[in-house]
Amino acid sequence: MAHAAKPRSVLPGFGLSLGITLTYATIIIVLPLAAMFLKTASLGFDEFVRITTSSRALSAYWITISSAALAALIDAVLGLLLAWVIVRYRFAGRRVLDALIDLPFALPTAVAGLTLVTLFAPNGWYGGVLEPLGLKVNYTQIGIVLAMAFTSLPFVVRAVQPVLESLEAEFEEAARSLGASDFQVFSRVIWPAILPAFLTGTVLSFARSLGEFGAVVFIAGNIPGLTEIVSLLIYIRLDEYNYPAAAALATVLLVACFATLLAANALQAWHLRYVEGSR
Amino acid sequence: MSSMTMARSKTRSTGERALIALALATAGLVLVVPLALIFTFALRQGVDVYLANILEPNTRHAAWLTMLTALVVVPINIGFGIAVAWLVTRFRFWGRNVLLTVIELPFSISPIVAGVTYLFLYGGQGLLGPTLQAAGMPVMFTVFAIFLVSLFVTAPYVARELIPLMQQQGRADEEAALSLGATGRQMFTYVTLPNIRWALLYGAILCNARVMGEFGAVSVVSGAIRGQTNTLPLQISLLFNDFNVTGAFAAATLLAFLAVVTIVLKSLLEWRGGGGH
Repeated sequence: MAHAAKPRSVLPGFGLSLGITLTYATIIIVLPLAAMFLKTASLGFDEFVRITTSSRALSAYWITISSAALAALIDAVLGLLLAWVIVRYRFAGRRVLDALIDLPFALPTAVAGLTLVTLFAPNGWYGGVLEPLGLKVNYTQIGIVLAMAFTSLPFVVRAVQPVLESLEAEFEEAARSLGASDFQVFSRVIWPAILPAFLTGTVLSFARSLGEFGAVVFIAGNIPGLTEIVSLLIYIRLDEYNYPAAAALATVLLVACFATLLAANALQAWHLRYVEGSR
Repeated sequence: MSSMTMARSKTRSTGERALIALALATAGLVLVVPLALIFTFALRQGVDVYLANILEPNTRHAAWLTMLTALVVVPINIGFGIAVAWLVTRFRFWGRNVLLTVIELPFSISPIVAGVTYLFLYGGQGLLGPTLQAAGMPVMFTVFAIFLVSLFVTAPYVARELIPLMQQQGRADEEAALSLGATGRQMFTYVTLPNIRWALLYGAILCNARVMGEFGAVSVVSGAIRGQTNTLPLQISLLFNDFNVTGAFAAATLLAFLAVVTIVLKSLLEWRGGGGH
């Protein structure tokens, strides 16, 4: 842009907007985080390690990570399907379907949790069908996975959708005119273009699932070592007034989520480079 | 090749039909049935019981507190969002990227961790808690804690919608207004605000939905005192734990209705090409 060459902006409000932003960000965002890190730091290294590597914590990490990974996998498959159908086909109800995709983001997690636990209850709409088949969802890890998958469903759809929409028909037509089959067009032309967005959406979905609390708390039943995820364990430690353990575990979860989001940002940068490189 | 394209647009292939059916079945099972279940369960003992559940004093108070929280938090975060977006899209300065990362932090923080950070700031063993307690201004387990943690959780919502739009619009309009003699206030009211109004509304709607529905962070800092610091999501959890499932679903219908209104407004705004991407 031509403006970039200007050394200083002529626009007013730099001091005002800087003042508001810095004050607010400090009070609302930085100060609470600093308070938690101070609390964690005050534990000392040995105590921190003891808390965060206790067998209960380790099994909570495993349950959280494995559930979030499975949920992200489910969301990746369903998200790709939904994005594809919404962008590529015209059919009755398409716009409603498109709007409905955001329901898991708009619906409060507590409502989602309440609804899922009722759906999968032994006499529930879904549980009544699944339990006779021997598939128990409530108070098992399957319930955790489904709750995480539900609350993170829109990420992959919303990441892939704009890229699919912006794909120009000429590339596909060129491939077809050179004799490519439908499968070849998808795997050689479409898939490479949507891959970065698809991966970004999947990683975002995973990151969200790592920290999910509201939906899971209803359906998990917090059985230590079986259905206790990290955010539940933190909540239990708070309930026991075991604040050092809560601080240490919260720090671990914070760092894990932040690292995952950095990975998503790196993917996003790769994706942008791809988009700009193709122009 | 054109004959093939024609054929594709007129009659559907089996694969296309199968994919559409699969997508609709998925959306039905995953999105529509759960939404239908909320209203079915809330109304399963009749409209009278439903209304009695909604008007039950603790639920009514929770609904009021949820609305009050949104009324306090959304305008503040709109103001913050505008300030941030103005700052980062109109000026280049040292530390800009760090600032952007800090403002995005609440997105990457688990709600439960957000609650914990506020506990260690304002709680009994927190950084400021004892001082405020001694001064007769306790924050933890009051409605102020609910306001503060909601401000934290939704701080980036408005800014995230405004920044890409204002970046893309550039500053030419505002510079033109100034060169024609507008004051800063006039420039903001007559140029900036009309340019960003739809994205602003979009961000405010998403911010509102998250504030009203926040559960994890609020559950840590509120103390969930019935009739005092209980928001609707907490009330739903309390009713469910009391085995009052119909009451829980009655309270849930209020938030489910809010969710439906949110996605309808969001779609309308996207179709008119306003906010969003």
